[in-house]
Order: sequence, then structure tokens, then C-alpha cells
Amino acid sequence: MDWGALHTILGGVNKHSTSIGKIWLTVLFIFRIMILVVAAERVWGDEQDDFVCNTLQPGCRNVCYDHFFPISHIRLWALQLIFVSTPALLVAMHVAYRRHEKKKQFRKGDQKCEYKDIEEIRRQRFRIEGSLWWTYTSSIFFRLVFEAVFMYAFYFMYDGFRMPRLMKCNAWPCPNTVDCFVSRPTEKTVFTIFMIAVSSICILLNVAELCYLLTKFFLRRSRKAGNAKQQPNHENKEETKQNEMNELISDSCQNTVIGFSS
Amino acid sequence: MSWAFLRDLLSGVNKYSTGIGRIWVAVVFMFRLLVYVAAAENIWKHEHDEFECNIKQPGCENVCFDHFFPVSHIRLWALQLIMVSTPSLLVVFHVAYRENREKHHNMKLYRNPGKIDGGLLCTYLISLILKTGLEIVFLVLFYKLYNGFKIPRLVKCDIKPCPNTVDCYISKPTEKMIFLYFLVATSCLCIVLNLSELSYLIFKYSIKCYLKRDMKKQQ
Repeated sequence: MDWGALHTILGGVNKHSTSIGKIWLTVLFIFRIMILVVAAERVWGDEQDDFVCNTLQPGCRNVCYDHFFPISHIRLWALQLIFVSTPALLVAMHVAYRRHEKKKQFRKGDQKCEYKDIEEIRRQRFRIEGSLWWTYTSSIFFRLVFEAVFMYAFYFMYDGFRMPRLMKCNAWPCPNTVDCFVSRPTEKTVFTIFMIAVSSICILLNVAELCYLLTKFFLRRSRKAGNAKQQPNHENKEETKQNEMNELISDSCQNTVIGFSS
Repeated sequence: MSWAFLRDLLSGVNKYSTGIGRIWVAVVFMFRLLVYVAAAENIWKHEHDEFECNIKQPGCENVCFDHFFPVSHIRLWALQLIMVSTPSLLVVFHVAYRENREKHHNMKLYRNPGKIDGGLLCTYLISLILKTGLEIVFLVLFYKLYNGFKIPRLVKCDIKPCPNTVDCYISKPTEKMIFLYFLVATSCLCIVLNLSELSYLIFKYSIKCYLKRDMKKQQ
């Protein structure tokens, strides 16, 4: 059980995503998960072993490390990636539910069902409209919220995105203010900035996808409203023409009657 | 043999579950198994090496660590995940038994061997009760073994061969506490899901029974 399993689960959602959604998924797997597993984990691997304090007092190093790193960068990223991937499961569940309903219809022999066999239902790609549109849009919204929350938590916990070389610590049992040195600060800063940059790109992609879906929704609505208006107008014009003709006929009849009578 | 085995097992169970059961499987995969493998395991990796006591007496650190951590949090977590996923196997076995029976008698005995009715409903309800029970047992075990869900930075130890009361420092206590609370939260969420599924099934089948009895009376 590892990130590969997540790839399998989310791969299924890919089929029903928009193009921007597919790009987002690619960025997530290549530039975030893969970088995390292949590179970042090694950089943070020896973080506590190589965290050195200028004191021989036992326990001082442990306490100072715990004080400056309440939760390690690498764990925070792992949690961020898990939370950000979870809303896509909502879409996967909705699609599975729709497929289940279509299979039920097919088995009952419903004439409305336009599929030839069950395999076709399994392979079918659902369009993002109706209730699926709402599920998809909410999943993007939640993704945005989670990304923003984690970015803020990162910034708040570590006072910015830079990893300092030296930290001064005077937590008990350190006898006085002690210098503590972080291992590989520059490399950690580089990776932190990289992950933040990719996170921002993912936020932009999500915002673009949300705007695209909303624009599509409103365009579809206005097109439907436009179609509905044209048909009654057309009928009204015909009605008024008929009314005019009827008036002309009745006028001419009256005239002939008057003409006869006179 | 690794967590992939458990993952395949749970995927098999997913087929015969209700909607709430599928949500439960998703929560176990994403928020428990994946978090365990991707994040939590590494926090507790060097817990013994990083456990430090303010003394040079050989053996004191070992003895103190053993006293304060009879079973490590991470091992209890792994046991909990395995135990909680296992009752679902009962359902899989029952369905396999039904299909075997049909093959043996060479005729269709059940409308659909995977549908939750009759004996399979009882098996499903028992598996839900077992899952909930095991979750509660492990939560209580965590609470009793570690005096609540807190992990202190410092523990005082005076077991032989430590010559007197010695200060011992636990590594990464804040991070461990955060993940422990995460474990408790997901456990509680799974308990709530199991209880809702239980009530939903009992309600659904009581209504069905009541309607059947009504129809029989009318006839």
C-alpha cells in the first residue's frame, strides 16, 4: 500500500475529468508525489540524527528539535497530498453510482437504456452535467480549500518558507541559550520553495477549472433560455398575423353587408 | 506479504458492501492505511535510538524505554488496522460458500449470491458489530496503556539499574501526539460509519419484514 495505490484509484477519475483536471492530476503525480518519494524523503531522512546542539546536556537536543519542528515538513506534505487527492474520490463514487444505476436499468431490460451490453456501460465516459457537475465542482472547491489551508499552516508554523542554519534554544533541560544547527538547510529551502511553487500552480489550475466549469454552466443555461424564448415569439407573430387577417375578413364582410343593406 | 495484501482484501469486500460500507473502505484506505505507510511509520522509526536519558549507567535507557512503551504506538496502530479489516472476511467467505453450494447442487439456489439477505444479512451485521467492538477495544487499550492520548516530552524513571530518579526524553513528542489524535479521529469516524450502516440495515429489513407481514395478512 503506497502512493501507487492512490494512482490506481485516481486514474479511474481521470477519464471523467476536464482537460485542466487531467493536467492537474499529472502535475500532482509527477511534480509532487514523485518528487516527495524520490527526493524530498531522502533530504529529510536524517533530520533528527543530524540536528546538532552545542551542548552535551542529554535531552536538550530532543527538546529543542521538538520545539522547532512540531510536525516535520515531509509529514505535512504527505498529509497535504492525501487531503488534496481525497475530493476526487467523491467524483469516483458518483460515477460508480451512476454506472450501477445504468447496469440495473440494462438488467431490467428497460427500453430507455441505449447500451448494447454491460461492457459498454463499464467503458462509458460520463459527461460532466447535471448532478455530476455539482459533485465535480464541489470536489474542486474542497481541493482549493485544503491546498490553501495547508499552505497557510506551513507559513504559520515555520515563519515563512526559509530553513535557517542556526536556531537558538533555551527550553528546559538546556542549561542556557544553546546554538542548534539544522542539517542541509539550503537543500531543504530549495525543496520547500519547489513544493510551494507547485502547490501554487495546482491552485491556479483548480481556479481555472472552476471558472471554466462555471462559464460552461452559464452559457448552457443562457442557450436553453434563448431557445425557450424564440419558440413563443414565433408563435406570437403568427397569432398576430392571423388576428389581422381575421379583422380584415370581418371588416370586408361588414362592408359587404352594409353595402347590401344600403 | 505487505499492506498490499490488505488492500486487495478490502477491494474484494467492497463488491458486497452497501454504500456506507464503501465509504468506510475509502476512509480506511485513504486516511488510515495511506497515512500510516506514507507518514506515521517514519516518525516512530528510530524511537528507541532517539530515546535519551540523562545518565551514563548502561542498561538504564533500555529498561526505562521498555517500562514506558510496553507496546509501541505504531505497532498497536498496525494491529488495529489488521484486526478492524478482518471481520469483513466473514462476508467474503459466506458469499463464496453460497456460490460453492450452487455449484455443488448444480442449480440456482439464490437469486443473487452477493445480495445482502437472509443468512448473509446476519453475517454482515455480525461483521459490523465485530468491527465496531474491535475499534473501541483498541481505543480503550491506547487510552489505558499511555494514560490518555498525550505524549510527554519528559518522563521520570527510577527502575533498576538506574541509580536514582532519572530524566528521560522522548523524541518528537508533538509530532507523535498530532498523529495519535489523527488516529483517534479516524477511528471514531469509522465507528460512526459502522453504527450508521448497522442502523440503516436493521431499519431497512424491519420495514421489509413488516410490509411482507402486512401483505400476507391482507391476503
